[in-house]
Amino acid sequence: MANFTPVSAAIGGALIGLAAVLLMAFTGRIAGISGIAGGLFNPRTDDRLWRLAFIAGLIAAPLAAALLGHAVPMPQMPGSMVTIAVAGLLVGFGTRLGNGCTSGHGICGIARLSPRSIAATVVFMIAAMIVVALTYHIIGA
Amino acid sequence: MPALASLLCGIIFGSGLVISGMVQTTKVLGFLDVLGIWNGTWDPSLIVVMVAGLVVTGIGYALIRPRTPIFAPKGLWPTATDIDRPLLAGAALFGIGWGLVGLCPGPAIADLATLSPGVIVFVIAMAIGMAAHDLRQSRGARQVEQKLATATDG
Repeated sequence: MANFTPVSAAIGGALIGLAAVLLMAFTGRIAGISGIAGGLFNPRTDDRLWRLAFIAGLIAAPLAAALLGHAVPMPQMPGSMVTIAVAGLLVGFGTRLGNGCTSGHGICGIARLSPRSIAATVVFMIAAMIVVALTYHIIGA
Repeated sequence: MPALASLLCGIIFGSGLVISGMVQTTKVLGFLDVLGIWNGTWDPSLIVVMVAGLVVTGIGYALIRPRTPIFAPKGLWPTATDIDRPLLAGAALFGIGWGLVGLCPGPAIADLATLSPGVIVFVIAMAIGMAAHDLRQSRGARQVEQKLATATDG
């Protein structure tokens, strides 16, 4: 477990939780990123401003970190743009069909002890672990 | 003001992703690679992120649940309870995509700041996937007009 970083993980996780609580306290909304972003692409949405503001904040955070001298490294991505595009489509479609992602289900939903969110989180975790096991250890081996 | 509050929440959320390292695909994949337990490469950091997030959110939600939001008439708490096929199928599809790259929606959007071409392609594809779902839904079933904000989980 050479890569385990429990302290920064705990601080970061607590901040994510704080943001979720504040968003509900201020705007009455659940801090589910797929729901917030997905609402932008739905023609029936009439509340785009707070969604755009939240997303702007998400993008501003790494920029602020860079200004403070802690630049976020370029994320390591698969070599194939086809793989990236397929993964993006699956994440976009899947999170809308399943009504949430790691934040909406994994944090906000489980914090409410929602059985739906617990089920969704178990399913997407296991699905992702299977895909990684296959790509790292079977196909990639 | 609500937009400003929302911007602030986005910055705090994004800072959490940056500090915890969840904006790094290698960090997330290091957790998802549970077989790494056998050779000592498994990284359980994501569990700590989730537990810390859950403790803060769980306590915070319990405290504010009875109160009215500052900038809204009421809190849009999710009301759905049944574990149905779309929930499970959607979660499975999402998990497959997550495992392929190591990006879920929050970190993907935050990583746009790096101007990584791969991340930009990922986010565009993700937006198309989201829009495709909503298009299919609004076409397929007008009777599913119960799409209130409270019917979603997150």
